[in-house]
Amino acid sequence: MDSILFIQLLNGLQLGILLFLLSAGLTLTFGIMDFVNLAHGSFYMLGAFFCASLTLATGSFWLGALLALPLTAIAGFVVEKLVIQHLYRRDHLEHVLATFGLILCIDTLTHLYWGPEGIAVPLPAVLNGQIELFEGVVFPTFRLLIIGTGCIVALGLYLLVNHTRVGMLIRAGASNRTMVSALGIDIKALFSAVFALGATLAGVAGMLIAPITEASIGMGNDIIITTFVVIIIGGIGSMKGAFLAALLIGMIDTIGRSFLDDFFKVLMSSEAAETAAPAVSAMLIYILMAIVLAVRPQGLFPPSSR
Amino acid sequence: MSEVILSVNDLCKRFGGVTATDHVNLAVLKGETHALIGPNGAGKTTLISQLSGLLKPDQGSIVFQGKDITDLPAHQYCEAGLARSFQITSVFPDFSLLDNIALAVQANQGHAFRFWANARRDPTLRRSAHEWLGMVNLDDRADWLASEVSHGERRQLEIAMALATEPSLLLLDEPMAGMGQEESGAMISILKSLRGEKTVLLVEHDMDAVFALADRISVLVYGKVIATGSPQDIRSNSEVQRAYLGEVA
Amino acid sequence: MRWFSIVLLLILAIVPPVAFITGHAFWMDLFTRLVVLAIAAVALNLILGYGGLVSFGHAAYLGLGAYAVGIPVYHATYGGFDSIASYNGFVHLGIAIAVSAVYALVTGAISLRTRGVNFIMITMAFGQMIFYAIVSLETYGGDDGLTIDVRSEFPGINLDNPLALYGLCYGSLVLVLYLVYRISNSRFGLTLQGARSNEERMRAIGVDCYRYRLTAYVISGVICGYAGFLLGNFTTFISPEMMDWTRSGEIMFMVILGGATYLCGPVIGALVFILLEHLLSEITVYWHLPFGLLLIASVLFLRGGLAGALSNPPWFRKDRSSALASDTSTAASGTATKAPTRADDDV
Repeated sequence: MDSILFIQLLNGLQLGILLFLLSAGLTLTFGIMDFVNLAHGSFYMLGAFFCASLTLATGSFWLGALLALPLTAIAGFVVEKLVIQHLYRRDHLEHVLATFGLILCIDTLTHLYWGPEGIAVPLPAVLNGQIELFEGVVFPTFRLLIIGTGCIVALGLYLLVNHTRVGMLIRAGASNRTMVSALGIDIKALFSAVFALGATLAGVAGMLIAPITEASIGMGNDIIITTFVVIIIGGIGSMKGAFLAALLIGMIDTIGRSFLDDFFKVLMSSEAAETAAPAVSAMLIYILMAIVLAVRPQGLFPPSSR
Repeated sequence: MSEVILSVNDLCKRFGGVTATDHVNLAVLKGETHALIGPNGAGKTTLISQLSGLLKPDQGSIVFQGKDITDLPAHQYCEAGLARSFQITSVFPDFSLLDNIALAVQANQGHAFRFWANARRDPTLRRSAHEWLGMVNLDDRADWLASEVSHGERRQLEIAMALATEPSLLLLDEPMAGMGQEESGAMISILKSLRGEKTVLLVEHDMDAVFALADRISVLVYGKVIATGSPQDIRSNSEVQRAYLGEVA
Repeated sequence: MRWFSIVLLLILAIVPPVAFITGHAFWMDLFTRLVVLAIAAVALNLILGYGGLVSFGHAAYLGLGAYAVGIPVYHATYGGFDSIASYNGFVHLGIAIAVSAVYALVTGAISLRTRGVNFIMITMAFGQMIFYAIVSLETYGGDDGLTIDVRSEFPGINLDNPLALYGLCYGSLVLVLYLVYRISNSRFGLTLQGARSNEERMRAIGVDCYRYRLTAYVISGVICGYAGFLLGNFTTFISPEMMDWTRSGEIMFMVILGGATYLCGPVIGALVFILLEHLLSEITVYWHLPFGLLLIASVLFLRGGLAGALSNPPWFRKDRSSALASDTSTAASGTATKAPTRADDDV
């Protein structure tokens, strides 16, 4: 196999995994609470900043990431208690507007505490190198860690949702809210827990990306839209859809950015290709979304219960 | 009597393992009030949803005024001349009663791609909207919002909206549902005034109303039509009695 | 409400020119931006308020309209693309309207097949698509933006004169308000509102809501593209940042803050939004924090927007008018009217 293609596929996989971590939380909150959270990207950013600060303070990325996890969860929990909780019974438009205000608040608080500059996250030497996967193909160790962590989280999430009591409640709650409360489950606590879980997942994605891009204000606002594209294509509320669509988007976006200009050069003059390719590759996932929606307005894997 | 206006041929609809309508055959004659009755879960609502195009049958056909309309989208059922009211009241809650009717009237007059003229000052709309409201005795409430009037009045409004589309056949899905004595009395007298003028297919639980209004009655049990005939025939039909007594027991 | 709207429009007609003539050019600038954004908000209100379609991608039209000025001017100055290179305002206007209409038609045709949250997210994603497309166009500055060297040229009006530009923007706002007023009361407008109120009912009386929604979506997009054309001429510096999704959020907020379904609601919203933004940013660099808190508070406590509160103040709420609001808010005002009764019981 062509080694450049292979590496790009791995990069695509890595992006897909990150997108899955983000979209899993979003699709859970939507599936269960029928809540649209624009501020989901803020937890991605918070995760990155917590991790960055703690890594610098403790001198260890491992310790920093480990400590950042509960912090992100607490941030999610607090935000849910303060604001989100009061919005569940409102309509989607109000969700969107209130969480839009929330983004401004969280961004500014981050600015207040950490300052306007981004924070780079130093990696331990073990992770900072490259691994020769097989002859002639080297890949950054840390990116492999991202892929590995993502796969473990995805597996954990799968087990949680499909094989535990909490997961049963989550699935039941997604399809029948009144039923769950009729069973005597504290629906408020369940909602808080799910929201905090979703925030933590987004935070994990932030921690994983921070060493590559550094933690910066507004980093969540760019990726949240891509996350939306993922869950729209996957079918809103569907975990399986989110997983498959995240990988698909990750691959297509990465491959498009790296090979589209070569492909275009076959079709047109190289000058035209160099102008057109970046524009088209930037639009690629949106075009894909448009095509999917034109054929299946509910997305590829809409949850059957809704 | 006269010609068949609606004929339902061999209509089937299954939901998973449940057969909601099982080879239903039904003929509605022009000008009659035809009642469709049956115990709970007999498939009445499924049938009426298919007759209004909201559900597509798995098999069979619906022929209306000599035209096969089975595969038309729901909004074209109305153009074809089939109007319905809903079991659960469905009106425009934030519109005035008059505007509710006006929407139906303008829908009946053709497309609404008119962007400039004030529809609320359009005499052709207003006048006929008032007429239809008068027909269901609601003209004195014309300026009230649909969400402000009583349940019974909203049901009357629905009938008026259906009438305003000037249908050849009116499908009424339990118009008396959830009404008190007085309200259903008012509704029965409105429906009586339509007898002979309009062809009506009436799905109703209230047997007094059915026997007071219907020219003919079809009985639906477990998705099948087990009998069709005049009210007297149905009253004395042993199969019907069994179906209804069976439900009680 | 009607008198309030007239007063508001009079203020907008008088205050900025007076400020300009008396040497406060800054206020003129602020108000020009305000009026342009108000046009965009009024356009959004046509589908959001009257049509019930929560489009989160309207900043894209602002950008398309602005680049419809920027790109022809760029080519007229630096050469290339002779077919569109021009300083002529009518060319710019034509391109702005045509491009907005086509973009609205294509994205609308796809987005309107979906409902609710999907619709919100899809319009957002399409908006972001245009954002990235412009970012990747290096010729026109990409991320760094593009300076418009020459404003659109029209016979008899010089847009370099701030007073003339404001006049054009203000006149456009009044015209657009009148247009939306006519549309909302026409047969088309009633159909659009009917589709918002009860789509199933619309279908039962024989109306295919999709066509009407799409038409409204295109009208709204074109008006918003026109606002973008004005914005480009006003700022003379355009960048993809002006079509970022957070910008769409701001326009939407103006509509809701002011009061959707009220004709002048979006204008009130734009006024409050821009003035608040200005005042807060004078006080602190961290003005986004109080601003964000105000946004959240207004969602939680201010239903029906400012226009709603003005025409139906909470301390004088009649039963009939509270039913005007949607189902959820009827429930809320229901609890609001219950609250005093409970207080009485306590006494």
